[in-house]
Order: sequence, then C-alpha cells, then structure tokens
Amino acid sequence: MNHHSESLPSKETASKANQQSEALPQKKKCSLQQRRSRAAWILVAPALVLLASVAGWPLLRTLFYSFTDAALDTPDLYNMVGFDNYLAWADGESIGVLADPLWWKAVLNTLWFTGVSVSFELFFGMLLALLMNQKFRGQGVVRAAILVPWAIPTIVTAKMWGWMFHDQYGVINDLLTRMGVIHSPLAWIAEPNLSMWAVVIADVWKTVPFMALMLLAALQMIPSDLYEAARVDGATAWQRFTRITIPLIMPAMIVALIFRVMDALRVFDLIYVLTSNSEATISISGYAREQLVSYQQMGSGSAASVLVFMMVAGIAACFLYLGRYNDEGKENK
Amino acid sequence: MKKHTLGLITALVAGALNTAHADTLKMECANSSTGKAYCDYIKARFEKETNNKLEFVQLPPASDEKLGLFQQIFAAKDSKAVDVFQADTVWLGVLDKHLLDLTDKVKDLQPQFFQSAWNNDVVNGKVKAIPAFLDAGAMYYRKDLLEKYGEQPPKTWEELTRIAAKIQKGERAAGKKNFWGFVFQGKAYEGMTCDALEWIASYNGGTFVDKDGKITVNNPQAAKALNMAASWIDTISPKGALGYMEEESRAVFQNGDAAFMRNWPYAYVLAQDPTSPVKGKVGVIPVPKGGENGQHAATLGGWQWAVSAYTQHPDAAIQLIRILTDAESQKMQFKTLGVAPSRLDVYQDPEVMASAPYLAEFKDVFATAVPRPAVETKSQFPKVSKAVYNAAYDVLSGRSTGEKAVADLESKLKRIKGREWK
Repeated sequence: MNHHSESLPSKETASKANQQSEALPQKKKCSLQQRRSRAAWILVAPALVLLASVAGWPLLRTLFYSFTDAALDTPDLYNMVGFDNYLAWADGESIGVLADPLWWKAVLNTLWFTGVSVSFELFFGMLLALLMNQKFRGQGVVRAAILVPWAIPTIVTAKMWGWMFHDQYGVINDLLTRMGVIHSPLAWIAEPNLSMWAVVIADVWKTVPFMALMLLAALQMIPSDLYEAARVDGATAWQRFTRITIPLIMPAMIVALIFRVMDALRVFDLIYVLTSNSEATISISGYAREQLVSYQQMGSGSAASVLVFMMVAGIAACFLYLGRYNDEGKENK
Repeated sequence: MKKHTLGLITALVAGALNTAHADTLKMECANSSTGKAYCDYIKARFEKETNNKLEFVQLPPASDEKLGLFQQIFAAKDSKAVDVFQADTVWLGVLDKHLLDLTDKVKDLQPQFFQSAWNNDVVNGKVKAIPAFLDAGAMYYRKDLLEKYGEQPPKTWEELTRIAAKIQKGERAAGKKNFWGFVFQGKAYEGMTCDALEWIASYNGGTFVDKDGKITVNNPQAAKALNMAASWIDTISPKGALGYMEEESRAVFQNGDAAFMRNWPYAYVLAQDPTSPVKGKVGVIPVPKGGENGQHAATLGGWQWAVSAYTQHPDAAIQLIRILTDAESQKMQFKTLGVAPSRLDVYQDPEVMASAPYLAEFKDVFATAVPRPAVETKSQFPKVSKAVYNAAYDVLSGRSTGEKAVADLESKLKRIKGREWK
C-alpha cells in the first residue's frame, strides 16, 4: 500500500511547509498550496493514527522483544540480550537465528517457492487476461467463475488439494494414471521434492484469478486505436503485444507482482497443511511460528519475524524502485 | 453482568471472612453436545456436594491451539479465565510452573489409577495433574483377512511385516491394486514421535531420553527399529504414509485397503460404525514387540485434569478435581464421551464392560503404555519431539540411515539440552 505515498512528490515539502507554518503562526499568510497540504494532512491523520496503532505498535514491540530472552508464557520476565537472537558468538559457537542452518533452509525454500509460483502466476494470469479481453458471449460468466478459487480461504484450498493429491484416493493420481503419464501413484504430499510442487500448484490455482483480473483491468484501459494504428503500420501480433500491451500494462503488472511476491514470501498455511511438515519444506513464516509458539521463545521468534519483515519490505522497496525507474524512463522520452 | 459482580463481591467478602462460603469456579468444558451433557452432570454433583458454583469455559478443540491460549492466559497471570482445565499428556513439563501443586490433597488416589498415567503427571516429585482419560497406541487388524490367509495376530514386528506382505500380495493378485499391508502416521508431526517411540521402545531402544534426563537414543536397537520402519515404505506401506496423520491412515484402513493399522482407540468406534466398510472385521492387539526379546510398548496419550496456579479458590478446585476423577464420574464420562477411563476400577464395572467389551483389549495396552519424555525434558519437549520426528522422517524418506539418524539426533538433543533440561 506504500507506493501511493512514496510516489507523492509533495510529501516532504508538505511536511516542511507544515512545520514552517506551525513555527511562524500568522506571520505571513499561508499560500494556498500550504493550506491545502495542511488540510490534506489533517484528513489523512486518522488513517495514519490507525495504521500506527495496529501496524506500527506491534512492529515496534516485536522489534523490542527480539532483543530479549522472554518466553511466550512469561513475557514480563526478560533480560536484554542484545543481538543474541540474531547472531552472536558464545562459547566459541555462533548462536541466533542467522546462525541456524534451518533458517537458511527456510529462506531458500521461501525464495524458491516465491520465484516459481509468482512466475507461473504471471504467465497464466496474462494468458487468462488476454483471453478475457476478447469479446465473446458469456464474458461476464467467465469473469465471475474465474474468481471462485480466489474467494476460497487458503486453509480450505489447502485441505481440498490435500485430498486431491492423496496418494491412494486422490483424483490427480487417478487422472495421471488413466492418461498413462505415471504407472504407480505418486506420494504428492509426502515426499519433500514433490510436495513443494504440490504447494506451487495449489497456490497458482488460487491466485491466478487475482493476477488475471489486475492485468485485465489494465488491458481494458488501453485505447484500441493504438492497435489499429499499429496494424496499419504492419506490426505483427507479437510486436503489438511487446511494443504496446506490455509497456502500457507495466505499472499495473508491477503492482500485482508486488502484492503476489509479498504474499508468497509470507506463505505459511499452504505449506503447513499440505506438506509433510518436515524441515525440508519449512518457510520463513513457519520458522518464526515454530520459534514463537512451539518453542515458546519470544526472543528468537520475534527476531525471525523481524527478519521476515525486513525481507518482505526490502523486496517490496526494490519493486517500487523498479516501478519508479519505469515511470521516469517514460518521462524522459 | 450484575449478578456476576454480585457473586464476585459475595465471594470476596466470604473469602475475607473465611467462613463456609460459595466460590464460583470456572471449568473447561468440551465444545459439543456430549461434552455439555457430561459437564452438566459434573455441575449438578459439584454444586450439590460442596455448595459452590460452577461455570464453564469453552476452548478450541485442537491441542496446540489450546496450549497457545493457555500460555497467554498464564502469561497474564489471569485468575479469572479458568480454574480447572484439561492438560495434554505432554504439557506437564511445559506448563509446570503454572500448575497448582496437588500432592498433599490427592496422594491417596494414586492406587486407583494406571501407574504409567499417574507417574506421567508427577513433575519433580510433585503431583501436578490427575489423569482424566487415557489414550495409547494400538494395532488394528482385519480379522477376516488373517483368517483367509490362515494367520494368527502377530506378536512381533517381524511377524507383522511377513503377514502384511503375504496378505498384500494375495489381495493384489486378486485384483485389489491399491491394497497395502500396513498404514501408520508418518507425517513429520507429534504423531510421528508417538509412532517412533513405539518402534524404538519395543526393540528395547529406550525412550530417547531416560528418567534421569540422560539422552539414550544413540544405540543400535534404536537404529534397528528405524531401519525396520524405513523398510516398510514402498513395500508394505504406501509412500504416501509419509504424509499421513491419524485420519488419513484411518481412511485407507476403513476403506478396506489395508490389513494393519497403527492408531489410537478413537478409531475403533469409527471403524465399527454401521456405515463402515470393514464393520465387524476389525480386531485390536497391543503394538507388536521388537523381536522375541523385545517388549510391547504403546505410546501413552490422553488428558489430565489440572488446576491453574493462579486460581483464587484452590480448595474448591481440589474438591472439583476429586469429583471429576472418581469412579462414578469416569463411568459417566465414558458413557457420554466414549473415552477410555484412567481408573482401574472402572474396568471391573460390569455395566461398562458389557457396553464396551473392547475396553478389555485396551486395558492391557494401557497397562504397558510408555510416556513420551515430556516430564524429563521440561519446557524443551516441543523441540525434542520435533528433532525426533524429523530424524524418523529422514530415515523413512530414505535421506538418512537409522545409524546416522540416531547419532545426529543425539548431538541435536545434546544441543537442545545444554547443561541441563530446563
């Protein structure tokens, strides 16, 4: 949600103006610009306060606890332990989340999952969006139908796919066996290597509709005379797609990708329900939950949560930077 | 609301005067119609026998969710949320400091209960809870199939493996392509720890950590047990068993697609349900021994009545606990909820035995039940359990051998333990 405020160039000037006007009351008449920006600040203040209290405060508390050794059932008994929960050396051994091989395994798993599933989602989402952009009868029905997977809660999706992937009675093994692709049923959710793919398939099924709708909205904004002009100039379909469609839907695509990547980095429920739950398929959120809930370690659990937050925020910032670079590129032309 | 405050004031005043008074206790009550019936029975008795009041609190059904909730309640030292509640078998070490010491008030009850279950509720020599009902691993088998292939119920894992392979071969030749010899819980979760404990303990390989807190898992018997379990995968057990929890394995067995199943007592009633395809064909035996010199070892599960250390009415709470755990209540509990009693004398009760003859089969299973080392490893048990099931999972999924896994597990447990379990 940050990208709106990020792309407001007047933000800093506004706050400066605000400070000035507070520092020099009634000395000179505020310009219209200043008054308007002050009014704007007053209008967004409730939202800011709300955000600070429901997002900012817990985040700060998490950050605070990540420097303590508190236990979940006794949060008021703690010692400050500095960076011990992140990385430290004690008795010649490195300790902390960053020294835990399982954490790095979780990071790898999460990045793999994010990369693979978001790529597939982008590809299929684009295909679906282009399809839905064509004029055909029953367009409305298709658009509504396509939303069903997106509307189902993830935990239900996970259970549903869990039974579909069931090695003995699952419909997927049944179909593959009938088509002659496999000879004996595969243990989709039991084997670590296969189960990560099972998670990707379930995730793609669930979130492609979201991707498709975001892209469709962008496609519908493109004026059709651009395509007509390109046709007259003799551009092939591929050229029309790469030279007109892609650049024009890029901003919407970036936003959709940010949403999806951030979601995918936080993946927890799908993996928790759908896989063998062994260390081979743990995600970073799963790791944080394990530290916090299973092991009662508020300290390292909070440290892991902070690292998750930093990862997600960092990657989101990269995307925003890319998006901005794109906008500027357009302005310079 | 008003009534509530009034009650509270009365309670406070009465408490200050320390005369015969009426306390209001809060007890956990299972969130179902049968649970409600049992709770109402307890409420009627408690209010009649002690002149105190009883109220109910409803909590989430899943064990780990409940634990999280209790930890929040205890973190806030909340005396109003709940006084008397049920704790899972493996919570005693984790919740120890939040549980009221019952030792002096309930010592006399000890002989009435299954010893293994009672001992599991003793932490550092103090009685912290009393068994409410029992759970233990059991081996289910198809009577009709054993008869068909002329076999007796197996006493050892080796026999079970042989018989399972024979039946599987025969049934598949007869056209049941998806038939398996044996299903169990192989997903990496607490249930796998229970299964692994049975394999290892039955081969005399110990219980990962012994009574004194010493780490004992690195021994040839434990390695042998894990290797045996790994040999089942893709021979008599489906590869998918590595993703099975209780319900998934029951689905295969109850559909008539497996000869043997390791599961908890709850599966018996369901497998004998009128709608079940294997109705009337199911038998129960103790979990097999590991070879001729091994022992029968079933993992102990179940729930215990405990009192919050932050309760304002410890005496009333103990009165309630005594009512909850007497023979009459346990009989009622069995009638309404169908869970296995933790008291020995209920198994002599003709009425109970007439309504559930299978309890006799479970009684032997309970008597030899082995607890997970939750009390010894204290608040570290969740970590210990996780290390155990991940090690077992690695062997079963072929990513490690029994010998290597128990050695790795030993060093992992040593790291978790540090100098002392705490």
